[in-house]
Amino acid sequence: MTLTESHITTLLEEVMDPEIPTISIVDLGIVTGIDIEHDAVKITLTPTFSGCPALKIMEEMVADKLNGENIKNEVITSFEKQWNTNMISEKGLEALKKHGLAPPPRHKGYIELDVLSDTPCPLCNSRNTTMQTPFGPTLCRSMHYCKNCLNGFEGFKPVS
Amino acid sequence: MELTERHVEGLKHLLYKMADDLLIIGHRNSEWTGMGPILEEDIAFSSMAQDKIGQSLAIYNILHEMGEQEPDTVAFTRNASSFHCSQLVEQPIGEYDFSLVRHFLYDYADAIRFDMLSNSIFEPLAMVCKKFRGELKYHTMHANIWIKDLAEGNEESKTRIQNALNKAYPMALSLFEPSEFDKELSEAEIFSGEAKCRTIWEKEVGTVILEAGLEIPQVSDPEEYYGGRSGKHTEHLQPLLDEMTEVFQIDPTADW
Repeated sequence: MTLTESHITTLLEEVMDPEIPTISIVDLGIVTGIDIEHDAVKITLTPTFSGCPALKIMEEMVADKLNGENIKNEVITSFEKQWNTNMISEKGLEALKKHGLAPPPRHKGYIELDVLSDTPCPLCNSRNTTMQTPFGPTLCRSMHYCKNCLNGFEGFKPVS
Repeated sequence: MELTERHVEGLKHLLYKMADDLLIIGHRNSEWTGMGPILEEDIAFSSMAQDKIGQSLAIYNILHEMGEQEPDTVAFTRNASSFHCSQLVEQPIGEYDFSLVRHFLYDYADAIRFDMLSNSIFEPLAMVCKKFRGELKYHTMHANIWIKDLAEGNEESKTRIQNALNKAYPMALSLFEPSEFDKELSEAEIFSGEAKCRTIWEKEVGTVILEAGLEIPQVSDPEEYYGGRSGKHTEHLQPLLDEMTEVFQIDPTADW
């Protein structure tokens, strides 16, 4: 069988983020390279955060997936292409919301505090919200409070 | 441009001091885990700790690619005198006001350094610094909010922040201790140098301090806390290393 990039992508779309199981690593935007040479593929991942502990696990999940299909592979992590939240696909933004996380707003290369202070509530869509802290249960999340439906919620924070 | 042996030596010196600062401040930040004055601050310092340690690993990885030892070996087997961190980061966490002010002064310095190095001709470093820049945004944002809120809180909170600033500011100058490689690294467009970092830092932290209604401390001896870059440390570093490496030392060859 000849390997194609689209076939590999389809397989990687089944590898989900270990901490946010509604989003695939493809939709998260961390697959920055699929290099096919003969019957082997080299996958390059880029970290969402330098200190993300899920990184090694995701490398192993990708290798497991490809091994399961008997595809020779090498998985590496590289900072060559730096991840930012604009790399999350539209489908990915929906997937985050499905997990109860406010998706990050699209940005123009820089993040201002205002962007975080009126994050739409993923439960009732109100913008009448405040950010309580830019840090949360994982490095990629911030914590907010909705003054409309009176619920606390988490946001996937924008990163430039 | 071809890097000379001298450039490589200067680069390693730069990378070690950056990575060691990150590892040690990361460890100090992690000492707030479970101990923060409020839950959100516990999480904030723990998250920043995780970022710092992740960033130190990325830099130790670059050093490893340049022929230095494995990151774990470098992080866990050196004594205090082989560390190149500044004397600011090794100071004990003290009370929350000191940790907060140190985090403010330190993170502004790192943000400036990472910003400069994003344009370095040394690609591996430029790439990670572009990444770190985005992460640091949340650290400086956090510092700004709290410095302002506490300075404008009540008499006690304002006095505490000013006192912590008076103590930490002279120590923070140790972050910019000049290096013998500064001139060559700057000429080679690898790193613009400590003096330039310090000038920008003084302007940026000065703005925040004054806007919060606080005073910029006068420093009588800017070199008082120098020495960390060449392995001269306070009595606080070795006990930190002993604690940090305690589990590793039980069985250095253990596979995790």
